[in-house]
This record gives sequence, structure tokens and C-alpha cells, in this order.
Amino acid sequence: MTVQNEINALIGKKSKKFIYMDHAATTPMDPRVKKAMEPYFVENFGNPGSFYEVGLKAKMAVTKARENTAKYIKALPEEIIFTGSGTESDNMAIFGVARAKGSGHIITSTIEHHAVEMPCEQLEKDGFKVTYLDVDKYGIVDAKDLKNNLQKDTILVSIMMANNEIGTIQPIKEIGKIIKDFNKKTGANVLFHTDACQAGGSMPIDVKKLGVDLLTLNGSKIYGPKGVGVLYKRKGVKIKPIMYGGFQEAGLRPGTENVPNIVGFAKAFELVQNGMEKENKRLCALRDRMINGIEKSIKKVRLNGHSKNRLPNNVNFTFMDIEGEAFTLFLNELGVYASTGSACTSERLDPSHVIVATGVPYECAHGSVRFTLGHSSTKEDVDYVVKMVAKIVDILRKISPLNLDEKTLKSNLQL
Amino acid sequence: MTLKMLQDGSNWMYSNVVKEHFFHPQNLLEKAPKKGEFDGFGEVGSPACGDVMRVWIKVSPDGKKIKECKWQTFGCASAIAATSMMSVIVTEKGGMTLEKALKVTPQMITDRLGGLPTRKIHCSVLGDQALQKAIGEFRSKKD
Repeated sequence: MTVQNEINALIGKKSKKFIYMDHAATTPMDPRVKKAMEPYFVENFGNPGSFYEVGLKAKMAVTKARENTAKYIKALPEEIIFTGSGTESDNMAIFGVARAKGSGHIITSTIEHHAVEMPCEQLEKDGFKVTYLDVDKYGIVDAKDLKNNLQKDTILVSIMMANNEIGTIQPIKEIGKIIKDFNKKTGANVLFHTDACQAGGSMPIDVKKLGVDLLTLNGSKIYGPKGVGVLYKRKGVKIKPIMYGGFQEAGLRPGTENVPNIVGFAKAFELVQNGMEKENKRLCALRDRMINGIEKSIKKVRLNGHSKNRLPNNVNFTFMDIEGEAFTLFLNELGVYASTGSACTSERLDPSHVIVATGVPYECAHGSVRFTLGHSSTKEDVDYVVKMVAKIVDILRKISPLNLDEKTLKSNLQL
Repeated sequence: MTLKMLQDGSNWMYSNVVKEHFFHPQNLLEKAPKKGEFDGFGEVGSPACGDVMRVWIKVSPDGKKIKECKWQTFGCASAIAATSMMSVIVTEKGGMTLEKALKVTPQMITDRLGGLPTRKIHCSVLGDQALQKAIGEFRSKKD
């Protein structure tokens, strides 16, 4: 069969499906969230800062959302700061601590989201010292390595709870304990921030047990609205604002509160936290079915991340000899939506820093594809996608002149 | 980026011409060539950078025109489509003279594709360089 015949057989036939497998990029809104938000657009439009009844209704909604969110992460209501996004919360935490301390040393990892990585890079330019901890081949930060890097002038550690690309879950509790012990022993005051945007939908979050001082969440990954985030800031932790102009959110997030989004966030967080036990079980089974299916049907692949210590919805593979963007364009044609770590979809034109950090050589990193499952995913979807993935990989390998030795993929992985 | 550019696909999921060449690659080399089957071969790019193009050409008996131009590409959709388009440009209308083929530019290929996102052009339109190498190899063999 010619390549053209194979392509025609793949994309020529039936009508497009709609199989969304990019829930780590964003989730559709849960209709119950939309319903909770609805009264706060037109009906109860008031400014929570206004001293009359219309404002009071809005203020009550924000207060209730704050109390509810605090309850689920075992925090106090006054420890919840509503922001405009996960990125904003990360920036607020990192620049907020840096501005409060003035100078010092920061520890983070090589696989953080850009919302943590880029503020740290900026602070380096501003004179702060930053240590980027390496990860092992699964993308896990070594807590001992972190311990060894704590210094007298360390002001902040920022390590994500779960990785957005490869789903690896970090030993946050262990790191939290190390930092606490260090502070106790040396009298230092190292603060600990974690970006829990990807974890929020499928992991219980107890800020006390985790031992964190600052924690980021956002709405768009948990079937809530886009444009709303949360920064948990432990009582007593001092940060300086990164914006000025009003007294909302204890002066840390000036600007009229986005009431519907705040209400929507709290509702979404409540729903995912309450529903996760059952949903995680379902997703883990689907995830493992997909991983096994791909490993069985396609040669020269690597599962990125850890096989067990990963988010319930994350599947990430590197396919050798092909490029991920071309791959996802085929998927798109079938109505299957996934994302790639290829350079071609990044503004920086580099392949994913996360995939590279786990030891995948550049020539293979371009062929990385992430599938993230969600509420809508079914066994039928998974089986269909596995079948299609095998066909697409086959076609693109016929178009590609590469036939790299499988050892190339494994060469750097003996960490 | 304007709304119009998104609607007509020129700045997002590629133009229709790019998609046409991506899903219907022209002149793709499907079988490993036999020794002496082609008159010239050229390769550009590197796997680490994410783009590799190989081009094989057959030249008319008088040594003036390109008769066939086959290729293989590792890279994104625009890289595949651009190499396909390049192979069409140099073989259509009875084949391009080697002189003219040496002057095929990324801009010409991009224009025929109905445009590409700017940041894609320098990395994915490399087929012309592979072609130049193939012509160079043909000429050096002849000498």
C-alpha cells in the first residue's frame, strides 16, 4: 500500500470524531460550575467593595467561595488569595517573596512550568541566585539533592506538585519536612512554594500535611472558569504585592474581584475534590490501558514520566523518527486533540524542556506527544486513539528519512 | 495576528495549500533507491534541530532539466508540505532547468504554499538547500 493510500484510509472516510485528550491544557467547564456562576453576571453584579446591599451580595459570594476553598485545602479563609490565573499566583508567590526579602538564593527544578521558570530567570537577572535542581529519568526531584542545596541565604524553594507535561508527582511532603527541619536547625526562614495547578483536580491537598507556605491553584484545569487562580499564603508569611491600586485580597491583588470566576473556581474545586476518588480510579484504568496499548502496538517508543507515580490522566510518549506537530495535525484531522512537546509548537523553537530534562536526547524529544484524559474520556476513545496513533506513526515514519538506533533514546537515560 | 488570519488559516493551522500537500505529499520517495537510480542526492538539517530533508533527483539526458525530484522529510507539517511543494515547483511544466532550480528560494516555496507562520519559515523550508546539494552532486559526478 502506498503512503497516500494509507493516508486516505486514515483520514478519508468517516465524519470527524470529537475526542478531547488535552485536559492538562484546559478542561471544559462543568455545567454545575456554570450554573453556580450565572447569578453573578447580570443579577448580582455588584462590587464586593460597595457599602450597600448590591455589593453585600457579591461580597457574600466571594466570602463563601473563600471559606469553601480554604476548607478543602485545610487552610484558613484569610490564607486564600484569589488571582487572575495560575501564572499570576506563581508570579505573586515568587516575586512577592523576592521583593519582601530583597536578595538571596532560590531553589527550583528544571521541569517547572514557565510560570515558575521564567520569574526565576528574571530574578537571576535582578541579582538573585537561583539553583535549578536536576530530575531523574522519570522527572522526579531528589529531595536529598534539595537538602544539600539549601543555603544560609536561601529564601524560597519552588517545586511543582505534579508536572503538567509528563504527570510526574513530586515528593512535596518530604521536601516540606526537609525545609522545616532546616529552618528549625539553622534559624533560617526558607519559604516553600508549590505549583499545584495540575494536581488540584486529582490529588487531595492539605497544606499542613504538605508543609507548604505558598501554593498555586487555578480554575481552568479543574472544569472551572479560565482567568481565575488561587494563591494560598500561610498566615504570617510576608510577601510584597506585585501590583498596586486597591485593597482587595488584603492589598495583594488590587482590582475589583472577578465575582463569577471566584464563585466558579470554588464550585469547581469542591466538585473535583469530592469526586476524585471515583474518577481517579476510572482514569488510572484508562491511562494504563492507553499506555499498554501504545507500548504493545508501536515500536521505538518511550513512556515519558513514571509508570505509577504519575497523574491519573497523563499519558506522554516519545515516538522516534517522527515529529510531534505533524503527528498532532493528523490527530486533529481525525477530531482527536492532544498536544506535543515538539519545538514546532513552542515560541522558543526548542523542544520541551521537561522531556529534555528527563534525559531524552533532542533528536527524539521532537517526537513527544501528550494525551491527557478527563471526564469525557471513555474506553472506546482510548482504544480508537491507540489504533489511530499506531497508523499515524507508521505513515510519518515512511515520510521520514530517519531511522535512529533505538539506543539513541535510551543513551542518556541511565541516570 | 488578526481574526482574518485565523479564519483563513494562514496564521494557525496552516493554509489549505499546506494542508493539501501535507495530506497528499507529492513525489515522496517510498522505496529505498537502487544504486544509480538517481543522478543526484542531497541532505540538509539535523535530527536534533527537528528537521531533516533528503532529496533525490533525476536529470534529463541532456543534463539540463530536472526530470524527477523525490524526497523524504523529518519535521513538522510545514516542513513536509514545503518539501512536497518544492518538488512540484522543480518538476512541473516538463521540469525546471538546473540553472533555475538552483535559484529556487524559501520565499518562492512559501508563496506557493499560500504563506507560512513567520517563525516556521527558516526551519521548515530547507528543501531548496537539499536540492542545491543534489544538483551539486550531479554536476560533480559529471565532471
